[in-house]
Amino acid sequence: MYRSHVLVCGGTGCTSSGSQQIQDALKSEIAKAGLENEIAVVQTGCHGLCALGPIMIVYPEGTFYSMVKPEYIPEIVSEHLVKGRVVKKYVYDETVSGDEIKPITETDFYKKQYRVALRNCGVINPENIEEYIATDGYAALGKVLTEMTPEQVIDVVLASGLRGRGGAGFPTGRKWQMARNLVQDGGPKYVCCNADEGDPGAFMDRSVLEGDPHAVLEAMAIAGYAIGANQGFIYVRAEYPIAVERLQIAIKQAHEYGLLGKNIFGSGFDFDIDLRLGAGAFVCGEETALMTSIEGNRGEPRPRPPFPAVKGLFDRPTILNNVETYANVAQIILKGADWFAGMGTEKSKGTKVFALGGKIKNTGLVEVPMGTTLREIVEEIGGGVPNGKKFKAAQTGGPSGGCIPPEHLDVPIDYDNLLAIGSMMGSGGLIVMDEDNCMVDIAKFFLEFTVDESCGKCTPCRIGTKRLYEMLDKITKGKATLADLDKMEELCYYIKANALCGLGQTAPNPVLSTLRYFRDEYIAHVVDKKCPAGVCKSLLSFTIDQDKCKGCSMCARQCAANAIERTDYIAPGNKLASFAIDSAKCVKCGACMSTCKFKAISKQ
Amino acid sequence: MSSKICSVPFKGTKEQEAQLKAIIDSLRDQRGCLMPIMQKAQGIYGYLPIEVQTFIADELNIPLEKVYGVATFYSQFSLYPKGEYKISVCLGTACYVKGSGDVYEKLMEKLGIAGGECTADGKFSLDACRCIGACGLAPVMTINDDVYGKLTVDKLDEILAKYN
Repeated sequence: MYRSHVLVCGGTGCTSSGSQQIQDALKSEIAKAGLENEIAVVQTGCHGLCALGPIMIVYPEGTFYSMVKPEYIPEIVSEHLVKGRVVKKYVYDETVSGDEIKPITETDFYKKQYRVALRNCGVINPENIEEYIATDGYAALGKVLTEMTPEQVIDVVLASGLRGRGGAGFPTGRKWQMARNLVQDGGPKYVCCNADEGDPGAFMDRSVLEGDPHAVLEAMAIAGYAIGANQGFIYVRAEYPIAVERLQIAIKQAHEYGLLGKNIFGSGFDFDIDLRLGAGAFVCGEETALMTSIEGNRGEPRPRPPFPAVKGLFDRPTILNNVETYANVAQIILKGADWFAGMGTEKSKGTKVFALGGKIKNTGLVEVPMGTTLREIVEEIGGGVPNGKKFKAAQTGGPSGGCIPPEHLDVPIDYDNLLAIGSMMGSGGLIVMDEDNCMVDIAKFFLEFTVDESCGKCTPCRIGTKRLYEMLDKITKGKATLADLDKMEELCYYIKANALCGLGQTAPNPVLSTLRYFRDEYIAHVVDKKCPAGVCKSLLSFTIDQDKCKGCSMCARQCAANAIERTDYIAPGNKLASFAIDSAKCVKCGACMSTCKFKAISKQ
Repeated sequence: MSSKICSVPFKGTKEQEAQLKAIIDSLRDQRGCLMPIMQKAQGIYGYLPIEVQTFIADELNIPLEKVYGVATFYSQFSLYPKGEYKISVCLGTACYVKGSGDVYEKLMEKLGIAGGECTADGKFSLDACRCIGACGLAPVMTINDDVYGKLTVDKLDEILAKYN
């Protein structure tokens, strides 16, 4: 028995900010104090508050230390772990009120969250199967194999209202039903897991895989039993080395415990799971492309029908679900369809995990019931936009989604509402933008991404996105006309209607949604040749306020283009003559502005 | 991907070839084995020069076009050698809205190479990547296994100096 457990986050965010060194320091300090048998150091998955990493929590008290540095450790060990005195100066300041330390669950960030898919992340050691079993792990698989028929399993998933968390929101139970019923020839079927989280700025799936890998394995086995498959594949990004390693460990442990392999729970049901590493192609998030890639080919999508439920991987019936979808399954089996359907809105049940990023105070991972408003997520949980800047838009759905303006902040988030306001749920990336972000530039950024990632198989996507990108580029350079805006919109609708797969069909969304809500910004670029946010370099001009300039010459020495020269003008009260920028020579790098100590240089 | 022709001569050893052969033999019966083999081959050689692609194609008895097609489709596979220090700047959305685009441009200027290229002395190569998942630290770049977060253009000189 340990009297205290110290949980150190080992997710990618905290590992990047040095949580491994924290663990090492803790272990050596604890050994020095002779407390190895009293205090356990546990490496967990992601706690969600990545902006405050590395994170360390001391139980049973639940004290939340944030932004921990190795040099804090000796003090924390000698004061807190030896003498029982919390070292307040290193504790997350929001949990400190006067002399009291609040539990982490009562902070703004965690208060409104409800964790289903993330329930074990940051709680258990993901590299130890016994910790998963201790939190009801594999109980759902046991129940399914010993008490339920495959049809009953599918009925429960259907009744729960669970929809695919990868983006499109197709009912999971219906997918399973089709794969079970449409082909019944006794041949092999496959269960696949899409862990190729390619949406830039989204990291929900990675956190589940890093923090609770067994939840995915268990759900895949349940799915296998339901549709009659004995083989599963997890297609995971090679860029997620920690997730890959933890999955490998989890699969090995599940084998050792007889929870994967032959004759699971003595039921006669066999199931095995293989890992396949993706190689960095966004289109492989599309289901048919993912299967083509597992087969060892260029990951190009194929036309549907035939749907994967009839002809998928190796031409056999296959289901593909996203990591987060699987992470809900075991809970649904154990707690019942009604429990799950009791959360959320009419057509979107349960919870959704969002990766909150961009211009927001509490960057990190949040899980909220469907129907929570964007305002609650951004302002309450996320802590709002930092540095006193104004909120401009929230981007959801990544390169397939759109930008949501402030007037729609109170819309309850679910699949259908987001579609109605021109965005989409997507996998759950939620990027906040402030007044310093140019919406035309953001649309261009996403189009650059899709041009790069288009597989090239169909013309509307391969050529259409390229032309769209060129039009946006023209706008940001101040060379477009109003007629170009109409042409661009027309092209958007053409691509949406004609592209082969989801990537192309949704690629114009970032353009359409910004045109819809931020048309004035486009007009400013086209008509006034100005970028209101001051981002598009070609439209900027830098000027020196001659009365504020002290003539120190710092800017002129910084200027690589020799565009800054001294004038004859001496401002009142100054000894030296002021400088001026020759706009013909200026390359708009902004170096002068950041060196000026007197804030005499401005950009417009 | 850079369009420059690779001028670095292939320097594969017999040991590397034997290692690759063993991997191919252990995987060849598995359906869809081509990508796992290529991933391991890149792990051995650091990149996938045409000599290695030819070897894989011959061993698996499939056309070289197929191997080349897969190698050029996925951004993880590189036909060119990488630098001793691989710099990767995250251009995911969260990093981009916080200014990683400026960081990437500044690095090109400082190193005198375009994205996807390697400096003449073989020391640094520069690539853009899509989200390494450390969005809480945006903007982020990695140099080999070291992660640098909350970057600004001003911090670059100090960081690069560590590797010079």
